[in-house]
Amino acid sequence: MAKAKTFQDLILTLQNYWAGQGCLILQPYDLEMGAGTFHPATTLRALGPRPWRAAYVQPSRRPKDGRYGENPNRLQHYYQFQVVLKPAPKDVLDLYLGSVRAIGLDPDLHDIRFVEDDWESPTLGAWGLGWEVWCDGMEITQFTYFQQVGGIDCDPVSAEITYGLERLAMYVQNVEFVYDLAYNENFRYGEVFHQNEIEQSTFNFELADTDILFQHFKDAEKQCRELLEPNRKMALPAYDQCIKASHAFNLLDARGVISTTERAAYIGRVRALAKACCEAWLETPMGAYTPRFG
Amino acid sequence: MADLLLELFSEEIPARMQAQAAKDLERLVVGALSDRGLLFEGAKAFFGPRRLTLAIAGLPAKQPDVSEELKGPKVDAPQAALDGFLRKTGLTKEQLKIEKTPKGDVYLAVIARKGRDTAQVLAEILPEAFAKLPWPKSMRFPGSAVRWVRPLHAIVATFDGEVVPFEFAGVTSGNVTHGHRFLSSGPITVRRFDDYVDALRKAHVVLDAEERKAIIFEGVKQAAFVHGLEMIPDEALLDEVAGLAEYPQVLIGAIEDQFMDVPPEILQTSMRTHQKYFSLRDPKTGKMANRFALVAATVASDAGKEIVAGNERVLRARLSDAKFFWDQDRKRTLESRVDDLKGIVFHARLGTQYQRAKRVATLSQFIAKEIGLINVDAVIASRAAMLAKADLTTGVVGEFPELQGVMGRYYVMHFSHEQVVADTVRDHYKPLGPTDSVPTNKITISVALADKLDMLTGFFVNGEKPSGSGDPYALRRAALGIVRIILENQTRIHLFDAIEASGFELLVSKLDIRHDPEAMVFIDEIRESFRSHGSIFGPSASGKFVFEQIQEFSNPFYGQVVPELLSFIFDRLKVALREKGTRHDLIDAVFSLGNEDDLVRLVARVEALQSFLKTDEGVNLLAGYKRAANILKAEEKKDKTTFDGEPDPEALTAPEEKALYVELATASEMIRAEVERERFVEAMGVMARLRGPVDAFFDKVTVNDKDAKLRENRLKLLARLRATLHQVADFSKIEG
Repeated sequence: MAKAKTFQDLILTLQNYWAGQGCLILQPYDLEMGAGTFHPATTLRALGPRPWRAAYVQPSRRPKDGRYGENPNRLQHYYQFQVVLKPAPKDVLDLYLGSVRAIGLDPDLHDIRFVEDDWESPTLGAWGLGWEVWCDGMEITQFTYFQQVGGIDCDPVSAEITYGLERLAMYVQNVEFVYDLAYNENFRYGEVFHQNEIEQSTFNFELADTDILFQHFKDAEKQCRELLEPNRKMALPAYDQCIKASHAFNLLDARGVISTTERAAYIGRVRALAKACCEAWLETPMGAYTPRFG
Repeated sequence: MADLLLELFSEEIPARMQAQAAKDLERLVVGALSDRGLLFEGAKAFFGPRRLTLAIAGLPAKQPDVSEELKGPKVDAPQAALDGFLRKTGLTKEQLKIEKTPKGDVYLAVIARKGRDTAQVLAEILPEAFAKLPWPKSMRFPGSAVRWVRPLHAIVATFDGEVVPFEFAGVTSGNVTHGHRFLSSGPITVRRFDDYVDALRKAHVVLDAEERKAIIFEGVKQAAFVHGLEMIPDEALLDEVAGLAEYPQVLIGAIEDQFMDVPPEILQTSMRTHQKYFSLRDPKTGKMANRFALVAATVASDAGKEIVAGNERVLRARLSDAKFFWDQDRKRTLESRVDDLKGIVFHARLGTQYQRAKRVATLSQFIAKEIGLINVDAVIASRAAMLAKADLTTGVVGEFPELQGVMGRYYVMHFSHEQVVADTVRDHYKPLGPTDSVPTNKITISVALADKLDMLTGFFVNGEKPSGSGDPYALRRAALGIVRIILENQTRIHLFDAIEASGFELLVSKLDIRHDPEAMVFIDEIRESFRSHGSIFGPSASGKFVFEQIQEFSNPFYGQVVPELLSFIFDRLKVALREKGTRHDLIDAVFSLGNEDDLVRLVARVEALQSFLKTDEGVNLLAGYKRAANILKAEEKKDKTTFDGEPDPEALTAPEEKALYVELATASEMIRAEVERERFVEAMGVMARLRGPVDAFFDKVTVNDKDAKLRENRLKLLARLRATLHQVADFSKIEG
């Protein structure tokens, strides 16, 4: 199998592969979030009885991981390729390994392993069991069987496959420094994102106005609660507010203004929102345990 | 006789759970077999990344026949009772026997149970046994009603080569398994254990974890040798990687020179924790080498070139990260980080790491003076204690918590080159286990003792003592650490005083007055109030702390915490001494005098006592003591009094009792004097001289004389003997 030569080849290859497995190819969610899991196509769709298969790229923002464009592989903005399969098919690991072959990593030449790594998102009240998948000692994928989201049991259980695209591309392209990645035939990753990493790191660590952020957090929390009042029950817009609160918290955390004890309290507040959104989602026709549409 | 082969084939089982799961599987299946009367010749369990296997040899083809007796109603009971019994047993009245009992004749049913086919029984008990397997973490998965560690794919269950049919977790049992995930393809049909092991080996699976470990161990050794290196032993890592590969292959990679300036502890920890690589070293210099050994789970068609190159690249990224932290951390002094400890909670009820550092610093200074350091050194101890936890806020320790202390030492050396402070920061955690060495520098000793005492006192005050197997804060280890530091350095310290000082720091910390200059004016008064169990009124000038708060703390502290903590530490002492062959009854005998909190002196006393009891004099004196004590016990009970008073010398009649009286009078005084000077061997020598008079006394003198006055006086003499010996130890606790 020929290796996916460029960053965008990698994305296209994965999209094609998973489209071939019956996945919807969705687009990124248009809000800042720490991981593809936050996309409602995972968080909310992992709940309830309806089968679901989706794959999409999600830009992921982790303010604390900013390194001013100086670290060879740490970024405060990077891309995840996310696959959700519900219920998890029995041969899901073989399907996954098919995708690894598709991008040109041949298990005949590489050491592919499944190393225990249970996943937990305290902010989403979600957890699952699974592995990080290693290729020659590098984590190329996080694989999780979802057990709970928003504190609610996932039934049926979904499989979530998350590829860290930059890392994977660096491996495939044999590149040491993320900014040297070929994005396509004509552009390097650095040309697209290096300036962004410098400026956003400065923002995350130095310039983000913490008063504004604290206010954002409060506002989002308030709006979320209001949207979930019994006469409204707007699960999706409420969940958007939950995502916003979570990102405001991540920025505050990067600014170093949240102490250890406060930290737990803030995470608890986001989790409470996520839980309430998930519960509300299960009362909608699409999320309901009793399907109303075909 | 026939064999059972079981295999549970699943997606990758976490390495850390495999061994226990195999043990549990064996225990559960073996237990279920014995419950059904099925005995066997041998059982062996195996584990690996994708399978648990159990082989049981020598099972019978059938269960043995058994007959069971069931008592029924009395013969004269109402018909309804009999009918019920017949229904229950499925017998007719004619088939019942009658048994005579003291309460009259009763019906007796003898039910013969034919042994069933073993295969049939297995089909029932195996899924039940599997369902009971206690995984530390398990999951639901589609198609299964029961939880398993990861989705289960196949079950092999054959008895005498034939499939035992049942269903478990949505999987039907059979005789088909699978080999290596990448090096083998297609299903493998198996019948018995022997062909199973061979088939797996052909399919690139080494079933036995011990064999995989040996392959890895030898592989690393050989590969290192080729480069003139040796492996740094790491048993835990060996276990782990053996659980990550069904077909392990050792490969060697290189570490770039740019990282060889980073402290070797960081390199090794990073390689071990993140990448599970073995570190190698130069056997001549002991220095870490720029090579590492990795264990791949497959055989690559290019002999591992790509795998090594990939792993080297990953390591480069990892070490860049570690180097980044190491470089960043050295941009700020350790001092400047002390304040950051305010943001790290040590324990909800014991405050932040900053508060803990403060307590340990003050206590270190106290202990330093107690163990004979001059003021300047005591201040250094306190400074080291303040810095000791500051590395918890550094990037490297954030990434690798196990490097706490080690990194602190590097950072102190980087900025101020204070060797003693640096060593103390690193070594105050010592000893980390029963085989770890203890600090020997007195400054380090002060901080190491203070650090452990603060933990112990804190958790004991909170009522969080270890119970049974539960010791989440490793308090036993802390107490054993104290014992070992004291004994191995022959450090003279009164534990009571140290615990008291530690308790006082805790009180000050709880009252939160260290930074309140108004309150600190009264610190001595508060200490007095604390020491007198709150009976002296604490000042309340600032209104922040009051008498009640001090009393509320100090009453349970002196009443409960101090004695409990002392005996907790003595228990560890007993454990430590027992390993050295010291008799624990002798430790009890000295400890129960109740006035010994200096472990060095206590052990000297115990050792002197132990040698004494090996001599003839010792043995005989102990026998004499026991005789005296028994007589006293009986007579004191009878008279409901004690005979602890002074015997009347005028009332002594027999020459033997006169002699004993005289000997006791001088011996008692001499023993007191020797004990006071800590000359325990000499004290024993004095005791030895009592043997003759004591033996003679028991030979010739009748204690329980008819004359009441004589009897009382002689009993008082025996009480005197008891009291004299108790100056050294409570002989009643001594066995033999």
